[in-house]
Amino acid sequence: MMADISLSEIAVSALIVIGSAFALIGSWGLVRLPTLMERLHGPTKATTLGLGCMLIGSVLFFQLQRGIWSSHELLITMFLFITAPISANLIAKVHLHRLRTAAGEEDGPAGVPPPPPQGGDWATYEEPQAGPARTG
Amino acid sequence: MIGLAVIFGFGCLALALLLNLWRLLRGPTIGDRIAALDTMVINAIAAIVLFGIWQGDDLYFEAAMLLAMVGFVGTVAYCKFVLRGDIVE
Repeated sequence: MMADISLSEIAVSALIVIGSAFALIGSWGLVRLPTLMERLHGPTKATTLGLGCMLIGSVLFFQLQRGIWSSHELLITMFLFITAPISANLIAKVHLHRLRTAAGEEDGPAGVPPPPPQGGDWATYEEPQAGPARTG
Repeated sequence: MIGLAVIFGFGCLALALLLNLWRLLRGPTIGDRIAALDTMVINAIAAIVLFGIWQGDDLYFEAAMLLAMVGFVGTVAYCKFVLRGDIVE
């Protein structure tokens, strides 16, 4: 009964199941965790990992079942793994600025992030530095 | 077996999208809403990839790639607008 299920089918199914479970866990973290800094962990790590898993499953599916070598999925994986930290960084910046402008509004278990150890302030609060003169 | 896994995946993704929608509607801050929208885009990409596996057609990856790019640009534009009051300075 189980003998006619090939190994590639098991691998693809396992990757799909693991990937979608990680996506669900990431969204559950987004709902469950108390403040935005903690909530960002779910989507940026679990959901990105889940999508990476699912894309690898898709590569395997088209390679082993259909005999098509498709590299689009690897492109999507690379693009997402590059862009997910950038968008998380920008959302964290939005949160930091909101914390400073609306003081004492939201204090989770982690509280307000401490200043950096070398003194000074976080770079996102500082005045923009003078760049090269613009022409035109 | 792959069919069962795909159905399970669609169920998980639908539930994940509903949870994201709850966070999007609930807030409470604008950063939460941006994060929820970003996660919804990633889950939609996952749903498109899963649909491509289901149909056995590799045409859908073009759509997934485009959605990945547009979603990232959208998130950055939202954040820049909230941070600076302008998108392209």
